Amino acid sequence: MIPAPFDYVAAESVPHAVDLLGSLDDDAKLLAGGHSLLPMMKLRLAAPSVLIDIGRLTELIGIRAEGDELVIGAATPHATLATSDLARADAPLLAHSAALVGDPQIRHRGTIGGSLAHADPAADLPMALLALGGSVDVLGQGGTRNVAAEDFFTGFFETSLEPGELITAVRVPRRPGAAWGYQKFVRRANDWAIVGAAAIDGRIALANMGPTPLRARAAEQALADGASAAEAAELAAEGTEPGEDVHADRDYRRHLARVLTRRALEYRT
Amino acid sequence: MSILGTRVLRTEDPRFLTSGGVYTEDVVDERLAGAGHVFFVRSPVAHARIAGIDVSAALSAPGVVAAFTAADVADLAPIKPGPMFNQEMSRPILAADKVRFVGDPVALVVTEQAYQGEDAVELVDVDYDLLPAVIDLADAAADKVLVYEEAGTNVTANFGDSSALDGHLFDDCEVVTTRTILNQRVAPAPMETRAAAAAWDSDGRLTAWIPNQGAQGTKSGLARLLGVPAEQVRVITPDVGGAFGAKFGADPEHALVAWVARRLGRPARWTETRYENLIAMTHGRAQQQTVTIGGRRDGTVLAYRLEIVQDAGAHVRIGAMLPFLTILMAPGPYQIPRAEAIAKSVVTTTTPMGAYRGAGRPEATAAIERAMDLFAAEIGMDPAEVRRRNLLPKFTEPHRTKFGALYDTGDYAAGLDKVLAAAGYDELRREQAERRARGDTVALGIGLASYVEITGMGDGEESPPQENATVEVHPDGTATILTGTSPHGQGHATAWAMLASEELGIPVDKITLKWGDTDLIPEGGGTGGSRSLQHGGAAVQQASQELIEIARERAASELEANPADLRFDVERSAFEVAGDPDASVPLAHLAEEERLVVRTVFTAPGATFPFGSHVAVVEVDTETGKVVLRRMVTVDDAGFVLNPLLAEGQRHGGIAQGAAQAFVEEVVYDGDGNPLTASFADYPFLSATEVPSFELADMQTLTTYNPLGVKGIGEAGSIGATPAVQNAVIDALAYLGVRHIDMPASPQRVWQALRSAGGVRAIGVWGVPRGHCGPPG
Amino acid sequence: MQVEITVNGQQRSDDVEPRLLLVHYLREVCGLRAANVGCDTTSCGACTVLMKGPGEVGGGTSVKSCTVLTVQAAGQQVTTAEGLAANGELHPVQAAFRQEHGLQCGFCTPGMVMAAVGLLAENPHPTEAEVREGLEGNFCRCTGYHNIVRAVLAAADGAAASGTAGGERAEVSA
Repeated sequence: MIPAPFDYVAAESVPHAVDLLGSLDDDAKLLAGGHSLLPMMKLRLAAPSVLIDIGRLTELIGIRAEGDELVIGAATPHATLATSDLARADAPLLAHSAALVGDPQIRHRGTIGGSLAHADPAADLPMALLALGGSVDVLGQGGTRNVAAEDFFTGFFETSLEPGELITAVRVPRRPGAAWGYQKFVRRANDWAIVGAAAIDGRIALANMGPTPLRARAAEQALADGASAAEAAELAAEGTEPGEDVHADRDYRRHLARVLTRRALEYRT
Repeated sequence: MSILGTRVLRTEDPRFLTSGGVYTEDVVDERLAGAGHVFFVRSPVAHARIAGIDVSAALSAPGVVAAFTAADVADLAPIKPGPMFNQEMSRPILAADKVRFVGDPVALVVTEQAYQGEDAVELVDVDYDLLPAVIDLADAAADKVLVYEEAGTNVTANFGDSSALDGHLFDDCEVVTTRTILNQRVAPAPMETRAAAAAWDSDGRLTAWIPNQGAQGTKSGLARLLGVPAEQVRVITPDVGGAFGAKFGADPEHALVAWVARRLGRPARWTETRYENLIAMTHGRAQQQTVTIGGRRDGTVLAYRLEIVQDAGAHVRIGAMLPFLTILMAPGPYQIPRAEAIAKSVVTTTTPMGAYRGAGRPEATAAIERAMDLFAAEIGMDPAEVRRRNLLPKFTEPHRTKFGALYDTGDYAAGLDKVLAAAGYDELRREQAERRARGDTVALGIGLASYVEITGMGDGEESPPQENATVEVHPDGTATILTGTSPHGQGHATAWAMLASEELGIPVDKITLKWGDTDLIPEGGGTGGSRSLQHGGAAVQQASQELIEIARERAASELEANPADLRFDVERSAFEVAGDPDASVPLAHLAEEERLVVRTVFTAPGATFPFGSHVAVVEVDTETGKVVLRRMVTVDDAGFVLNPLLAEGQRHGGIAQGAAQAFVEEVVYDGDGNPLTASFADYPFLSATEVPSFELADMQTLTTYNPLGVKGIGEAGSIGATPAVQNAVIDALAYLGVRHIDMPASPQRVWQALRSAGGVRAIGVWGVPRGHCGPPG
Repeated sequence: MQVEITVNGQQRSDDVEPRLLLVHYLREVCGLRAANVGCDTTSCGACTVLMKGPGEVGGGTSVKSCTVLTVQAAGQQVTTAEGLAANGELHPVQAAFRQEHGLQCGFCTPGMVMAAVGLLAENPHPTEAEVREGLEGNFCRCTGYHNIVRAVLAAADGAAASGTAGGERAEVSA
């Protein structure tokens, strides 16, 4: 219920945050909204020795259009993204995804960067980013690099972030008017998805069907080959490795993946 | 104008809304200054011998004042089960030789500051030699691995046994059906977890602040655990954030906090985390039930048998006894010519079972209501019609059932008819048929439950139930009531004030209620079993009336009149000489020279039996198995309704908890006894989005057992809602061949039932049903 | 470390350890114990308060104070249930909760009220479904949510009377 003791420093700027990350112990963690990290620390599943607060760095907050991309600051809270007119017009799947994270209080604090860095395969935003074919801007001592969603989530709660790096922004293609679907299957309101599916532009991403969010590539291929939504959805579970827990066993997850994929392809939310 | 029966707003609310309630953790008192904070080390394994405990690292941690294990508290006697149970199943207050469930307290640390506690607990090193967990009820009952070796068995009590069963019970039945069903384990999970604060004074007297459902029972429980005379203990009850049956008496942790305070010579306090609460506060329900029901094809039920295996958990507590009440209420509101029920309670390496809203009676209703629907399905009759044909006819004189319960008054058929009309039952059946005809993948289900339940039990007919009340009128025109009940959200401060106001003519907001301090109120039965209004409220009314009679004598002397010529004008709260309004004296004035106070005890003839019927309407997504509760329509008849606002609130809360058990909540253990639902993220605690607004119909069949005509309402909602919702889910899917789904009807459970019944094969991913849609031949 | 936080309109400066949760700062340091701790997993919302940063408009947004470090609230304005009522009059949401019997044991109530205030600030005229979804982060065990929803809808309608006296009758409504 109470985190183990730690030191705290508020970064004064993004470069300052990078310096701190470089100079402090490897187990130093960034703190933005804290709504992925602090719950883990309160259960003592994580015990970093120092937290670097980047939550109020205005350079990391905000949503803007940049050519054919929407750029969202990494420390932008989910509520801001969910209610952004620009996001709802140009990337409604992403705005919708942000609107479903947790509950209103959580959405006032949790950030897109924090959620992506946490890389929970059952979470909304990693699945949404994968479906959209988005990417993240990562800043380290060596400068900025852009990492595509498919390359970003590398394992169970693992990303390709190196020590000393932070996400500064998230990029998604602007697709105003593109049809999209989103399905988040829960047993109870503010749960994580038992299984989730998001579809847009012939891309299908799944949540909680493996250690990372996954593309339903067999289903995508079937679509590209002219299959109907229902036919393609039959292949949604191929290539997935769903886990088992109190809510669902493997068979049921595979079944849900098929049903939810079909519904997402029918552009249902 | 009578205030009884009106919607009076709660006098409690302004304080709760502005500064908030003062719960045990909030208590600031000079007697608790400098309190040490107590933290428990709990077993992370379900069953093991304790090979060793090393507290040395913890003792060196910052702020740690002390660390104690079983050896240190050897002066406290082991806790023995009640006399009806296997006496070898006693256990020490802190686990000594072995642990028997995940959460079993093994040691405790005391720190200067609250934040240091978890740091210190992590440093306590306990060596466990693992033993096989005892989780499966059949295995437990077969004594494969013993939870208490000295006991020689895992069966802690039998309530009748199979030799008493009549092998010919169903001989004359045209149709017999049987099923083993599960009334699953749930967590009471009040929003306030358990807590305690304790301080001893220089005379060796203990003051303990503990959230509870009856300070007097908590005091005697605490005294017994501590091995001290009861007079040495004072229990004070702060505001209590919900209890639902799980905060009766005294828990080991409460006693240990008091023990720490005595040992260290400084106050001590403790607040449970939610994790601890979900694994170490007692759980509810957990009965495996085999129901057998038989009768004629015309819908007449002729025979019913209920066989129960109660999971008692690792320690023998109230839960192990509850099958007694399940058996008592087994036949419910029905006239079944032949019925029998037996039970056994079995210990397992899981959280101990206690009382939980309804405590044994919801289990009885859930069983008979499921059986009624199974029977209805077997004979192809509408479940409402089957119930109507078997309900006991209306009675106004007490009716004794074959199980020994004396039902006071009842009109069960009227309740059923009323709820069916309120729900628009025929229209619902039409809509259901239409959906099926057009192959809608979202199935509509309509579920029924009719129930009767026992409230205000007391200790049986030999010692009838009773409660005391003290009412005092003060010279300034205010009044104070002392009650032996123990409200924790039920609104007694308002309700008891209404009752006193009715008699005394003093406004409700000038009447103060006190409870829960054993120095102030040494006797009382607390609040539980839906007893408070029918005993405690009746006592307040009686005391107020007796006070008026005493005041009448004083008024007579004051006015130099004959008491018989005096009239008490409630509107003015004054006595006047009949026919001469100017010759009057205010009630408050009569308290000036001598205290105007009465203590009375109200004794009821026995328990009362509220009843009702519920209709639940659900939608089931046949592709995913997800259940949505669309409507809950209920009749809950508990006699006269003193304050409809409060009564409705009790019904709402009960309905929500009852529905939650049917389709949302469950405690889950893995095969090794690890709890998998030990947080509010994992335990599917009901949120506002899972339930609709409820539709309550009003019906009041008064009892003759108290002048108010009231029965108990607190638990009724939870008793009817559970089987109504469960039956609704199964009803939704009956046309696909589903006959039963165990609770909770989680999406996976529903989907598996559809698969087994063949229904899912009939409905492909394409959403168009194939194959027949009627009930299986 | 030293933090400056404005709590219910009062500027404060306190020395706190980094891991001190905002809920415990409010309860133990400020003595404002209406916000309660009801869980370990940011689930139940009993600790909900409003928080507003410099430059933000409005009364602040609802946050779960058990999952905010006190140091994260530096320079912010925090409003608790104790800070809602002004001049002895109940805030309209508090008055509505009273009118509709939206509380029983009261443990979830301060957090529920703050969440409702935050909800109505963002959505002044919610439907029943929006109220239920808006309160998905606040658990109640006593009321079954029925009267809580009624209270929020009543507050949205501005139909609640305020007042602090006890014992008056509620309007008989359907």
